[in-house]
Amino acid sequence: MRSADALRFAAGALSGARVRSWLMLAAMAVGVAAVVVLTGLGEGARRYVSGEFAALGTNLLVVLPGRTETVGGAPPMTGETARDLTLDDALALRRSPAVTRVAPMVVGEAVVARPGRSRDTAVLGSTAAFREVRRLDLERGHFLPAGDPRSARPVCVIGRTIKHELFGPEPALGQWLRVGDRRFRVIGIIAQQGQQLGLALDELVLIPVSSAQALYNTPSLFRILVEAAPHSSVERAKAEVERIMRQRHEGELDVTVITQDSVMAAFDRIFTALTLTVAGIAAISLVVAGILVMNVMLVAVTQRTREIGLLKALGAPGPRIQLLFLTEAALLALAGGLAGLGVGLAGNRAIAWLVPALDTWPPAWAMAAGLGTALAIGVLFAVIPARRAARLDPVQALAGR
Amino acid sequence: MIRLEGIGRDFVMGDSVVHALDDVDLAIEAGEYLSVMGPSGSGKSTLLNILGLLDTPSRGRYFLGGQDTTTLSDAEQAEVRSERIGFVFQFFHLVPRLTAAENIDLPLLLAGRAPEERRERVAGILTDMGLSDRAHHRPDQLSGGQRQRVAIGRAIAMDPDVILADEPTGNLDRHSGEEVVGILEALNRDAGLTLVVVTHDPELGERPPRRVGMLDGRIESDDRREGGG
Repeated sequence: MRSADALRFAAGALSGARVRSWLMLAAMAVGVAAVVVLTGLGEGARRYVSGEFAALGTNLLVVLPGRTETVGGAPPMTGETARDLTLDDALALRRSPAVTRVAPMVVGEAVVARPGRSRDTAVLGSTAAFREVRRLDLERGHFLPAGDPRSARPVCVIGRTIKHELFGPEPALGQWLRVGDRRFRVIGIIAQQGQQLGLALDELVLIPVSSAQALYNTPSLFRILVEAAPHSSVERAKAEVERIMRQRHEGELDVTVITQDSVMAAFDRIFTALTLTVAGIAAISLVVAGILVMNVMLVAVTQRTREIGLLKALGAPGPRIQLLFLTEAALLALAGGLAGLGVGLAGNRAIAWLVPALDTWPPAWAMAAGLGTALAIGVLFAVIPARRAARLDPVQALAGR
Repeated sequence: MIRLEGIGRDFVMGDSVVHALDDVDLAIEAGEYLSVMGPSGSGKSTLLNILGLLDTPSRGRYFLGGQDTTTLSDAEQAEVRSERIGFVFQFFHLVPRLTAAENIDLPLLLAGRAPEERRERVAGILTDMGLSDRAHHRPDQLSGGQRQRVAIGRAIAMDPDVILADEPTGNLDRHSGEEVVGILEALNRDAGLTLVVVTHDPELGERPPRRVGMLDGRIESDDRREGGG
C-alpha cells in the first residue's frame, strides 16, 4: 500500500467520524497550547531578567562584606561579617588600574519630611560614580557632586514618586528636605526608572555616602559596586579586587565578590529550570490527551469492526491494518498539535500585549518538543487499539461481532 | 484448481465441541460454476470461509492452485486473498464513506497498485457494471442492486481466479437478484472465473451445472448436469 493512499484513507476515515476526531484534536491542542504558553511565559521571564542585568552592564562586580562560598546565586543579604567594608576600602579599589568606577553603598530607611508632609522611604548613600554604574538618567537638576567622597555635603537626589508625594506640582530643586534628623537640599530628580532589580529607584532618596554614614552613625558600607575597566576582563578585575581586599584586611579574604555574569548565569539556570518544570507539568495534559486518544480509538475499532473484516477479506494483512489506524492517530495528533501551537502562540502574543515588559515567545525546543510529544503520545496510545484491530478474526469481524 | 482433503472445522461452544465441517473432500476445476446448498447450520458458510482463507480448518488440507494453503503464514494468506479470491457478500459490505468508484478501488489501493493503473481499471469496471453514472455516489445513494454490482466490481478488481458469493441475492428484490446473478454467470462464462455460490434459495441453487448439498457439516450430494447453466 502506498503511503499517500494510506494517508488519504486515514484522513477519510477521520472525516467520517467528526465528533470523535474533533474531541481528540481538541485534547491534543489544549495540551500543546499549554506547553507553548507556559514555556513562553517562562522564557519571557528569563529574557526580562537577563535584559535587566544586561542593562546594568555585564562588567559589574559587587563586593559584599563577609565570605560565603558561592558560585553565583542571589547575593547573601546578611553575611557573617568579620570586618566591615569601609569607605577607605572603596577608595583603595578605585586606585586599581583594572577598575574604572567604584560606587560605595550605604542603605537604610528614614523618614523624609517637608513642612506638612512626610513619608518613610529607602535612603541610599553613594557617590557620583553610582549614576554611571547603574546607568541612571536624571529628569532634572544634577546628580551627587563628584569630589572627595569623605565630605558629607547636605544635598540629595530624589526619585519621582518622592518628588510627587512631597512636593506635588511645586518645583523641588533647591528646596530643603529633612531626612531623619538632617536637612538636605534637593539638587536632582531621577527620571522614571521603575523597578530595577529590587531597588525602587522612584521611591529613593540618594545622599552622599558620608552623609549616610553620619545619618546612620556607621563607618561600614552595605556593599561596593565596582565597574571593571573595559580593557580588563571581569575575571581579572575580580582577582584584583580580591587581592586588594585581602591586603587591606590583614591577609584574610573576608569579602565576597560577585560578578554580574555569575549572577546572570545563575538566574538563567533558575529560569531555564522553571521553564522545564512548567513544560513538564503541561506535558501531563498531553498524557491525559493520550489516554483520550486510546479510548476514542478503541471505540473506533469497535464501530468499524465490519470495515476491518472487509479489509482483511480484501487481502490487507494485520500489520497494514495496524498501520492504517496508527496513521489516523498520527494525523489527528499532528493536526491537534499544530492547532495547539497556533493557539499557544496567539496566547503568548496576547500576554505580551497585556504585559509589554514580558516578551513571551516560547523557545524553539519547546515548540518542537510540544509537537513531537503530541505526535509520539498520539501514536503510542493508539498502538493497543490498532493491534486489537489487526488481530480481529475476519469471519467474526465481517459478521460485526 | 481447488482441492479439499479431509477438511474439518470445530467450534468450541462452552463445554461441547461442534463439528461445523466434518471430513469434507471437494475438488473444483478452474472455470467451474457450482452452488453449495443446505439448511442453516449445515456448514456451508464455514466451507465458504475456509475456501476464502478467512477461516483456518482444524484438520485436513486445502490446495489452491496446487499450493497447500494450510501451511501459509497470515501475511501469505492475505496475499492469496488479495490476488486470487474475490468475495461477494449478502450484505454487500461496502465502506459507507467511500464512493462507488472508491469502493471498487479499495483492493487495488490496499495492494499498492499505481494510481494511473487503478484509475483505468476502476473506470473499466464501472462501465462493465453499468455504473459509470453512479461512480461518485455513496452506497446510501445507491439501490440494492447497484450496491451489489459495486461489490462485484470490487471482487473482480484484482482479477481473481475464484469468486466466492455468500447469498449474493439474499438482500435483493427479485429483479435486482436476477440482474446480479446474470452478471456473476457472465463472469464465469465469458471470463472463465471459477464461481462458487452459497445459498439456501432453491431457485438460485438449481441454476449451476454442479450442485453440492450439505447437511450437518458433511457433503450429502454432488450433482452434475451436462451442458447446463
